[in-house]
Amino acid sequence: MGTLTESLATAFALIGAMDAKLAAIVLLSLRVSLTATLLATLVGLPIGATLAVGRFPGRQVIGVVLNGFMGLPPVVVGLLIYLLLSRAGPLGEYGLLFTPGAMIIAQTVLITPIIAALTRQVIEDSWREYQEQLRSLGATPLRASFTLLWDARFSLFTAVLAGFGRAAAEVGAVMIVGGNIDGVTRVMTTTIALETSKGDLPLALALGFILITLVLLLNTGVHVTRQWAVRRYG
Amino acid sequence: MTSGHESVFPLVLHGLSFSRNGQRIIDDVSLAIDARVRSVIIGANGAGKSVLMRLMHGLLRPTAGQITWCGREERPRQQAMVFQRPVMLRRSALGNVLYALQLAGMARPQRLEWARLALTRVGLAAVARRPARVLSGGEQQRLALARAWALEPQILFLDEPTASLDPGATAEVEVLIRNIADSGTKIVMTTHNLGQAKRLADEVIFLHRGRVVEYTPADEFFRKPRSTEAHAFMKGELPWM
Amino acid sequence: MDVKRRLTLGLLAAACLCTGLAQAEDKFITVASTTSTEQSGLFGYLLPMFEKKTGIQVRVVALGTGQALDTGRRGDADVVFVHDKAAEEKFVAEGFGVERKEVMYNDFVLIGPKADPAKIGGGKDILEALKKIDAAKAPFVSRGDKSGTHAAELRYWKAAGIDLEKTKGPWYKETGSGMGPALNTASSMNAYVLADRGTWLSFKNRGELTILVEGDQRLFNQYGVILVNPAKHAHIKKEMGQQFIDWVVSPEGQAAIAGYKIGGEQLFFPNAKK
Repeated sequence: MGTLTESLATAFALIGAMDAKLAAIVLLSLRVSLTATLLATLVGLPIGATLAVGRFPGRQVIGVVLNGFMGLPPVVVGLLIYLLLSRAGPLGEYGLLFTPGAMIIAQTVLITPIIAALTRQVIEDSWREYQEQLRSLGATPLRASFTLLWDARFSLFTAVLAGFGRAAAEVGAVMIVGGNIDGVTRVMTTTIALETSKGDLPLALALGFILITLVLLLNTGVHVTRQWAVRRYG
Repeated sequence: MTSGHESVFPLVLHGLSFSRNGQRIIDDVSLAIDARVRSVIIGANGAGKSVLMRLMHGLLRPTAGQITWCGREERPRQQAMVFQRPVMLRRSALGNVLYALQLAGMARPQRLEWARLALTRVGLAAVARRPARVLSGGEQQRLALARAWALEPQILFLDEPTASLDPGATAEVEVLIRNIADSGTKIVMTTHNLGQAKRLADEVIFLHRGRVVEYTPADEFFRKPRSTEAHAFMKGELPWM
Repeated sequence: MDVKRRLTLGLLAAACLCTGLAQAEDKFITVASTTSTEQSGLFGYLLPMFEKKTGIQVRVVALGTGQALDTGRRGDADVVFVHDKAAEEKFVAEGFGVERKEVMYNDFVLIGPKADPAKIGGGKDILEALKKIDAAKAPFVSRGDKSGTHAAELRYWKAAGIDLEKTKGPWYKETGSGMGPALNTASSMNAYVLADRGTWLSFKNRGELTILVEGDQRLFNQYGVILVNPAKHAHIKKEMGQQFIDWVVSPEGQAAIAGYKIGGEQLFFPNAKK
């Protein structure tokens, strides 16, 4: 208990002092995970919608595989991306290893299946409701996908948020591909891991509190938006 | 607007059959439907009315037989359908009509004008900006009719359009159906409400266990049905299928 | 079309963010080093001096020695800075490194619980201490991660005449982790552990642990720095890497190393050959 109260105190002290280093770490964490979420959404939404609306051979198999990939261990993704981006690997010439770019790539790969699978669930339900009417109006499956994605936008918020949560919370992938370099690729989760391994538990816990608070704030924001949307659009 | 000038009629069903899970739902139906009169399909629950409509509209593919429109096999675009439960997108009432017009290929400047007109025709001009899904059941169904009417279809299918509505809303919808018919659109409708059928039908298609048992002018059918099944149905004696 | 316009804007935004990812400045080198040097805080003290002097940013990836050398082999680092002489010489012999230069040494200490079940406290002989721990089958935490510290630990067991494979049991715990996590584990289990002095001095979660054996000459731990061979990897920043190496072994760099203290105690002792 002593450590916990000490950590809370440290947390408030850190935030209050507007520690520049801490601010840099938090901003980098947000930049990496938010960018990864944006990219994963751009890729995942169409994939999810296609699986929900399309009818093509292998659809069921792809769906099962996608659901399986939701549980990809971050450290395995990190290792695979590391091998790809290493100078000894196929994409080595871009020199992306040990940069925030590598971290973004790894997290994007990690969370795209989550966003795609959840999108598929949402759109499948929508398609069931809208299918006859949309086809009656002459919508092609492609057109219908866009329409459903927009129509279900508030439910899709939740899917996107799930992806962001996974990205912001993981440490395995960013540690391996980023290298936890001070001032360059050090994010909240890798800092927590580092401080824990140095035995500085209060500081690690303090950072943990800050991370949890950020994610909770984001969740609250999305929840409030959804409530408003249901009242507004029905 | 893409309402073609060429007529799509007659709509002819040649030996149409439809099976699902080994069960024959539509059994060897042959019909010729013409442009002019209001056709109502009636029959007991499970007779296959909804399936027959969906086959005609092209939402389902027959397992046997053929459908031709004015001799052509190609499914024409100038048709629309209204379902028992109206399906509205999460947009305003106006937005839903605009969406349909956009799909039909109407140019942007015309769309707004046309959509507003459609809403006015069904008496929903006042709620144009309101989210469609917060409207009442009757209002949503009128909106569905406005959306369909705006497309200026040559044929309008309606599947039990008032089954979920209260009597007041039902009456409003029936008025609109008449107006649409009067403006030149062919009406093909199903209903389980005999009173409604009597009010709206010019001709009756009576379906029993997936077969067309009678296809007669309405007043004849209601006065003196020719078949025993129709007779029994009218007397309310037809057992559940 | 409304939706398509939104998508295009989204893609443009993504593209802008991605270009922000591209290296803004090219004036940096990547140094693969060990967790012990990083966690002792030496780099945090040393590198700003180098950067101020040359304008070169030094990005340190802290791994175990084995992993650091492997990173050099793959060409993912420009310089390696580790503490395992045998492995370093092999690295150069295999052609992955240009030249090995000695930089500094620190020492290992044998840490253990105050209760000291194996009764090694106050000893000056590491091999005797290990023999006693083996005899008592007292809990012992090993890093087990191919690091320089792990390699040193294995050398001491061997030198003490103990065949680990034979006597290994539940008392010998391999954590496969860095120095910090290993210390954490030892602290929570009240076990013995071999650690470098630097990490120990900055370690905050000591529990019942304390230094029990130190000062044995055998415990001295030599650090070497090697430039990754540009012949093997064309993109290696050899000029800037060499600048770093030259500075670290220069009188100025050596003095800086000696100047790093925790609680008044010097951690690393410069010993680059003149």
